Amino acid sequence: MNAFTNGSPTSLLARDPSSDAHPAGPSDPARGRRWKRLAVGLAIGAPLVLGGCNFYPTYGASRGVTTQGQDTFKLYSGMMTTGIIIGGFVGILILYTVLRYRRRSDDMPKQFHESIPIEILYTAIPVFVVAVLFLFTVLTENNVDATVPNNARITTTGAPVLEVKITAFQWGWRFDYPNNNVSVSGEVTDGPGGLGPQMVLPVGETVQILLVSNDVIHGFYVRDFNFSRYALPGVQNRFDLNIIKPGLFPGQCTQICGLYHSEMLFTVKGVTPSDFATWTTSEIAAGHTLQRYPVPAANTPPPYTHVTPSNALAAPSAKKGSL
Amino acid sequence: MTTTVETPELIEPEEPGGPDGHGPSDHGHGGEHAEHGPTGLLKWLTSTDHKVIGKSYMITSLVTFFISGAMALVIRAQLANPTSSLVNFQTYNELFTMHGSLMLYLFAGPFAFGGLANYIVPLQVGAPDMAYPRLNALSYWLYLGGASMMTLSFVVAGGAASFGWVAYAPLSNSINSPGAGTDMWLMSLGLTGFSAIFTGVNLVATVFYLRAPGMTMFRIPIFSWNMLVTGILILIAFPVLFGAVVMLFCDRHFGTHIFSVQGGGVPVLWQHLFWFFGHPEVYILALPYFGIVTDIIPVFSRKPLFGYRGMVFATLSIAALSTGVWAHHMFTTGVVLLPFFSLLSYLIAIPTGIKFFNWVGTMWGGQLSFQTPMLFSIGFLFAFLMGGVTGVLLASPPVDFMTHDTYFVVAHFHQVLIGTTVFAGFAGFYFWYPKMFGRMLNERLGKIHFWLLFIGFWLTFIPQYIVGLKGMPRRVADYLTSNGWTGLNQLSTVGAMVIGVSFLFFLVNLVQSWRKPVLAGDNPWDGGGLEWFTSSPPPHHNFTHLPPIRSERPVWDYNHPEHRKDESHGDKRHREHEKETVGASS
Ligand code: HEM
Ligand SMILES: [Cu+2]
Ligand SMILES: [Cu+2]
Repeated sequence: MNAFTNGSPTSLLARDPSSDAHPAGPSDPARGRRWKRLAVGLAIGAPLVLGGCNFYPTYGASRGVTTQGQDTFKLYSGMMTTGIIIGGFVGILILYTVLRYRRRSDDMPKQFHESIPIEILYTAIPVFVVAVLFLFTVLTENNVDATVPNNARITTTGAPVLEVKITAFQWGWRFDYPNNNVSVSGEVTDGPGGLGPQMVLPVGETVQILLVSNDVIHGFYVRDFNFSRYALPGVQNRFDLNIIKPGLFPGQCTQICGLYHSEMLFTVKGVTPSDFATWTTSEIAAGHTLQRYPVPAANTPPPYTHVTPSNALAAPSAKKGSL
Repeated sequence: MTTTVETPELIEPEEPGGPDGHGPSDHGHGGEHAEHGPTGLLKWLTSTDHKVIGKSYMITSLVTFFISGAMALVIRAQLANPTSSLVNFQTYNELFTMHGSLMLYLFAGPFAFGGLANYIVPLQVGAPDMAYPRLNALSYWLYLGGASMMTLSFVVAGGAASFGWVAYAPLSNSINSPGAGTDMWLMSLGLTGFSAIFTGVNLVATVFYLRAPGMTMFRIPIFSWNMLVTGILILIAFPVLFGAVVMLFCDRHFGTHIFSVQGGGVPVLWQHLFWFFGHPEVYILALPYFGIVTDIIPVFSRKPLFGYRGMVFATLSIAALSTGVWAHHMFTTGVVLLPFFSLLSYLIAIPTGIKFFNWVGTMWGGQLSFQTPMLFSIGFLFAFLMGGVTGVLLASPPVDFMTHDTYFVVAHFHQVLIGTTVFAGFAGFYFWYPKMFGRMLNERLGKIHFWLLFIGFWLTFIPQYIVGLKGMPRRVADYLTSNGWTGLNQLSTVGAMVIGVSFLFFLVNLVQSWRKPVLAGDNPWDGGGLEWFTSSPPPHHNFTHLPPIRSERPVWDYNHPEHRKDESHGDKRHREHEKETVGASS
């Protein structure tokens, strides 16, 4: 019944599994939380919201298994509620007008053609709605997009943040773990029956993804992460993932990339940090090391390092606050 | 009901002055020219009459619509079952690429600005033809060439283009898409792009310079207003597309590296150029159709448009904003400034909302009758409402991250595009068909067409929203049973087939109107625009005389003088006058 005990705490607290013991972050994220409460207040209009145990109705989406994905989900759910209220209002208004004023006689209706106060009203209200939506968008976006500095020591053990380099290629995925000297790669060989190569990630830690493409544009997308990002040739895209629970999360290429685009599947497997350590050891033992599959040299993109402008603009965000 | 109190004096149309003040330079000799010209096929081939060109445009674009619609049905049939093998991957990729390309480049735009607008705008502003009739003819022939080129690319070796209608580099380069189909696709864009530019020039010049005496800017019917703005947007957007197409062509054949990383180029540049065209294009496709319903709703509500000026300013601000939101299609590239493009995209919701309330305000207090054009317009309102609301969601980058390139987006843009081009487009077709061909379409068949389309439409696209949220990407030829997407896809396929069936009733309707014509008369709907003042179909050079133009619906004023709003009276007295006449009219 309480939204904040139901696996959907705010991003700041969910950042780290032990966060319950942490004091609240700096004032910035706290303000963000207050705004979020306000959004929640706005969303209360829908009876759906009051009916369910979970504060945020899913409307068909995943609640998210990363802290970032949960943030996005909440924004989505709030916007969807707003959309249903406004769209529902306008839809019912149209339906009412159509039924109420259907032709009943040959009388000529009153020939009015404007009403300045009403017109001003229905210009001003959307301005307000849009301003509110934009505010929440920016707050969420800064959380979702924030990346920890590359060399930050963020994990509970004080180890450097786990970096995984994902290389998308026609047609498959390669997952390199430079910190662990592990490399996993898989192509579309086993057809639609297979689920593609697997990216194993520890739960409860910050994973920084470096996403690149070897040839054309691909789309990295995991439904349960509520997130996608292009793998662009010549661009190094970085984003952070904080998986909150173990499990298998199917992913797939979302950007048309040629003949076998439909088959470009992969899965993400969230495991506990100790299972992750076991896994890396066994992979190394199996010879799945970085040296085993060198990245094809010919297609290596020239350095074209990119800072996402919104990252650059983002205030020290909630995530960085918990470092 | 409509007693004519006084018959206002009619005015002879003046031979209008062209932009240079001497009359359109390539205009021929007015009326006589019609009787002596060639006949039959040669007449059609050499015609510079906007009505003939408009009809040619309409027929050609409807043919591409049906071809493309058939492809959509094959796509839906393929997706009805997981791991289906009705078509292979390559064919599937060609099918959705050609479906999207034909619909957008060859149907949606040309049907609106080459077809309906070409025919109707000169009539609405009281002009004898488009400002540059020969340019208009050239525009059609370029379009026909481009349309044939794109459609025929299916039969060349290597097949048609298969990279989606957006042709992202580097998938569209010569390594990844070596076939001639891609080059034909690019050339088709060049040809149809220039045809659009020429039509844009014509629309702008016609609305600015060929208006009849008394037709001030704020008396232009909204359809023509929107076509003016569309013309301006065409002039902004299409040259950029052409530039991008030329660059891609050079990359493919002349060894440049504009979009290739290996040579130091930037693939994302293609996306910037493409969407700098592409988003205004979305409004090039939408504004004409907004204009159509804005003209139809008052007629079937027997009321003037509510908030005429608000409508014009909404259109202008949508057009202005549409040139600054292109990167909302690129949120997931990670290389664009998210808040800026998000904010501008959100802002578009405001003028769009104004339009909705103006449409409702027009119906409010009216006497609504639901002939086919009005039904289709109301269908548009609902379709576009949901498409618009989900569009606002997509303006939020995080929400876009979670839905981009999934079926959620496919459902969103089909609700918008079918709402506009199909619901509003066919509303316009049913509305103006009597004017263009002098005969009515059957109401019963029209209504069956509408209801089947309406039901099929929701059945097709609501499941797509859900399956998108369940993670189904777009442009995939198959999926797994374990994905759990099968049931929703099957619903969607059934819906698509219902849409397909609905168009059979449309075709039967057309055939019937030719075999057993029911004559339309000049003004079957009691319309208000100048197009309803002349005969159906109009004579060569359109008008023999014109009514006085004192509002945006001069013909209505003429036919209902007791309700005429006389602008010289000033607002207050005008309202009093209204009160008197309302009582008197019954
Ligand atoms: C008649 C009913 C229609 C049906 C059943 C239909 C169905 C489809 C389907 C199944 C796809 C493929 C989605 C994918 O594989 O990702 C698609 C793509 C598309 N459709 Fe339609 N469609 C219809 C009408 C239209 C109309 C009227 C337009 C535009 C005016 C349109 C524009 C597009 C575009 C732009 C694409 C994207 C192509 C691409 O991915 O490159 N469709 N449609
Ligand atoms: Cu792909
Ligand atoms: Cu756009």
